[in-house]
Amino acid sequence: MKINRRFFLGIGGTMVGGALIVRPKKARAVRKPKAPSDPYGCLMDLTVCVGCRKCEQACNRVHGLPAPQVSFDDLRVLEHKRRPNVTAYTVVNRHYTGKLDERNLLIPTFVKVQCMHCQDPACVSACIVGALTKKDNGAVHYDDSKCMGCRYCMVACPFQIPAYDYHDPLTPQVRKSTFCYDRIIKVGGKPACAVICPVEAILFGKRSQIIKVARRRIKNDPGRYLDRIYGEYEVGGTSWLYISGDPFEKLGFLDLPSRPIPHLAETIQQGLFSYLWAPLSLFAILGGCMWTFNRKQIKGNSEPERMEDNS
Amino acid sequence: MSAHAKPAPIEARFWTPGVFVMVAFMLTGFLFVIARYIGGLAAVTNLDDAHPWGLWIGIDVATGVALAAGGFTTAALAHIFGRHQYETVTRPALLTAMLGYTFVSLGLVVDIGRSWAIWHPAVYWQGDSVLFEVAMCVMIYLHVLYIEFIPIVVQHFKGKISLPGRLSIFDDVIEGLLGLTDRILDKVMWVFIIAGVVLSCMHQSGLGSLMLIAPTKLHPLWYTPILPLLFLTSAIAAGYPMVVFETTLATSSLGLDGEMDILTPLTRVTIFLLGIYMGIKIGDMVVRGTYVYLLDGTVQSKAFLVEMLVGVIIPWFMLLTPGLRHSRRALFIACTLIISGVALNRINVFLVGYQPPYAETSYFPAIGEMAITAGFISALIFIYKVCVTYLPVLSPQDQEVIP
Repeated sequence: MKINRRFFLGIGGTMVGGALIVRPKKARAVRKPKAPSDPYGCLMDLTVCVGCRKCEQACNRVHGLPAPQVSFDDLRVLEHKRRPNVTAYTVVNRHYTGKLDERNLLIPTFVKVQCMHCQDPACVSACIVGALTKKDNGAVHYDDSKCMGCRYCMVACPFQIPAYDYHDPLTPQVRKSTFCYDRIIKVGGKPACAVICPVEAILFGKRSQIIKVARRRIKNDPGRYLDRIYGEYEVGGTSWLYISGDPFEKLGFLDLPSRPIPHLAETIQQGLFSYLWAPLSLFAILGGCMWTFNRKQIKGNSEPERMEDNS
Repeated sequence: MSAHAKPAPIEARFWTPGVFVMVAFMLTGFLFVIARYIGGLAAVTNLDDAHPWGLWIGIDVATGVALAAGGFTTAALAHIFGRHQYETVTRPALLTAMLGYTFVSLGLVVDIGRSWAIWHPAVYWQGDSVLFEVAMCVMIYLHVLYIEFIPIVVQHFKGKISLPGRLSIFDDVIEGLLGLTDRILDKVMWVFIIAGVVLSCMHQSGLGSLMLIAPTKLHPLWYTPILPLLFLTSAIAAGYPMVVFETTLATSSLGLDGEMDILTPLTRVTIFLLGIYMGIKIGDMVVRGTYVYLLDGTVQSKAFLVEMLVGVIIPWFMLLTPGLRHSRRALFIACTLIISGVALNRINVFLVGYQPPYAETSYFPAIGEMAITAGFISALIFIYKVCVTYLPVLSPQDQEVIP
C-alpha cells in the first residue's frame, strides 16, 4: 500500500484547516471586564503595623476556626514565615529589610497576608462550577454547596492563597479569607481584622476612596513611603492594597503583571466557542471530507460505514 | 471494496501470570482508594496547598486523554478520510479510547475532593472556565465512545440469543431489539464518528488551555499562548504510535500476526503529524526566545530536553529511516518513544514545570498515589483483555491488505 498524493493533500489540507480553526483567534473576541465598578477595599499601611496578631485572632473568632496550637499572644511564631492555611485565613509575617534604628538594631516590617480579593480573579474564571464569584462589594465569595473539589482555583491563584481540607474525606472545602462577606453586606459592617486593629493599620472603605487616601499619605510624607500602591494595578487590581516604606520585593510580595490573569485563557475560549462556531465548522469540514472520500463506496454500496458483518 | 480481516474473539488462555500481577495491582490500588475515603486525600497523597494537582491529574487524566487519541485519529483516518484498509485497527483503538476515558473519569472521581459532586458541572455551568469545557467534552465524548462500541457488542450477540428455560420466549424480542439497534446505529453512526473527532479536538486542546491560567507559575519553556495547539497536535501525533504500541503488545502477547502491513504505513502518516508538532514546538521556542533556559541545568531544562530529544526528535528520525520503519522491533521502539514523549510533556506541563511561589517543598507522588494509578492502569489492561477475549475486537486472521 502506498500513501498517494491525493490522500496526503486531503489529510494535510484538513489538518491545516483544522489547525487554523483551533488556533487562538485573538481578534474575534473582546473580553468583557469583570471587575465590579464600586467595590470595597482595605488599605494596609505597613509603616503602621506592629505585628500584634490581633487581626489573626479576630479572623479566627469570626470564622469559628479551631484554636491554634500556639496562642495569639505568643509572638515567637513570627520567627518563621507562614502562609494562610485551612485553619488560619490570615497570617502576619515579620520581615527584616536591613533598615536600622538609632541603636543599630534591625527594624522589622510586618505584613499581613490573606486573599487579595482580586478585581478580576483568576480563581473565579477557573472555577468549573461557579462556586467562586466576585461580589459587587468586592469579596471573592466561595459557595461550598457548588464546589466539587477540583482545586483548579488553587492552580489559578497568582498569590497562592486558597488552602484545602485535605484531611476531610467527603466534604472538604477550599479555605481562604471571606472578606467577612456576611459582615460587610450589612450597613456599616467591616471585616473583623480592620475593626480590631489597635493601631489602625487597616483602613476599610470604598476602593476608590482608599486609593485616594493612600495617594495623600504618600504625597504628604514622601520620606516615609515608597511611591507605589501594591494592588492598585497588580493582576488588574485587588481589593486589598498595601503602602510601604520598604521595597515590596523584600517583603514577600510577588512581582505580577498588570493584566488580569484570566485574560488570555478567556480570550481563547470565547474566541473559539462563541456560538460554537469553531466546533461546528470543524464538524462541517469533516462531514465534507467524509462525503468526498467515501463517495465511491456510497455509490457502490449503500452502507459504507457498515463494518464487518457483511458475510 | 477491499477484503478486510474479520474481527473475532481471541482464543487464548485468559489467566496468564501477567493477569495475576494485574489483579494484585488492582487489589492494592483498591485498598488505597478505601484509605482515601477514610482519611481524605491527605492520607494517601503528597498534595498540599502549593501543589493541588499531582500524579493523578498529570498521568491518569492528562496523559490518559492524550494517549487515548488513537481512538479518534484512527476513526478519522478509516471512516472520514476513507482509508478503509485501516479498519482492523479502529476497533482496538476504539476499545482503548473507551476504556481510557472511562478510567480518566474514575481517576477524577478519586482525585476531586467531593467525589459525590462529580455531576455538578453538568448543572452549574461556568462557561469562562476552561476546565468546564474540558469536562463537558470528555463527558459527552465518553458517551460517544460507548455508542460507537455498541455495534461490536450487538454484532457478537445478534442471531445467537438463546436464553435458558422459560426466558427463551424473550429471544425473539431481544433479537428484534438488537437488529433495530444495529439498523438505527448504522444510519446515524457517521454523526457520532464526526462528533467524536470534533469533541476530541476540543478537549485535547482544552487540556492545554488549562495551564494558561497560571502564567506566573508554569515554567516559560512550556508556558506559551499556543499551548492548546501544542496539546492538540501532540495528541494527534501520538494517536497512531499508540495504535502501533498496543497492537504490537496485544498481538505478540496473544500470539497473533503482527499486522506490520498496516502499522508501517500508519507510521508514515506519523512522520508528517509528528513533524508538524515538532515544527510548531521548536518554532515557538525560537519565537519566544525560551532557548535561553535550555542549558541552565535545572530539573525543568533537563526534563524539557529529554522530552524533546528522546520523545520527539530521535523517534522522528527513526521513522524517517525506511529500514527501521519495516522492522517490527525498531517500529515498536520508535512508537514507544513518541508516546513516552507526549506522556512526559503532560507530566512536565502539569507537574515538573509547575513552580508555585512560596512552596517550601517540591512535589513527589506518594506511594498511595502511585498504587492507585497502577491499579487503574492494571484494571484498564485487564478489562481490555476481557473484551478482546470475548468480543470481536482484534482481527486474528493473517490477511493481506489490499490498497
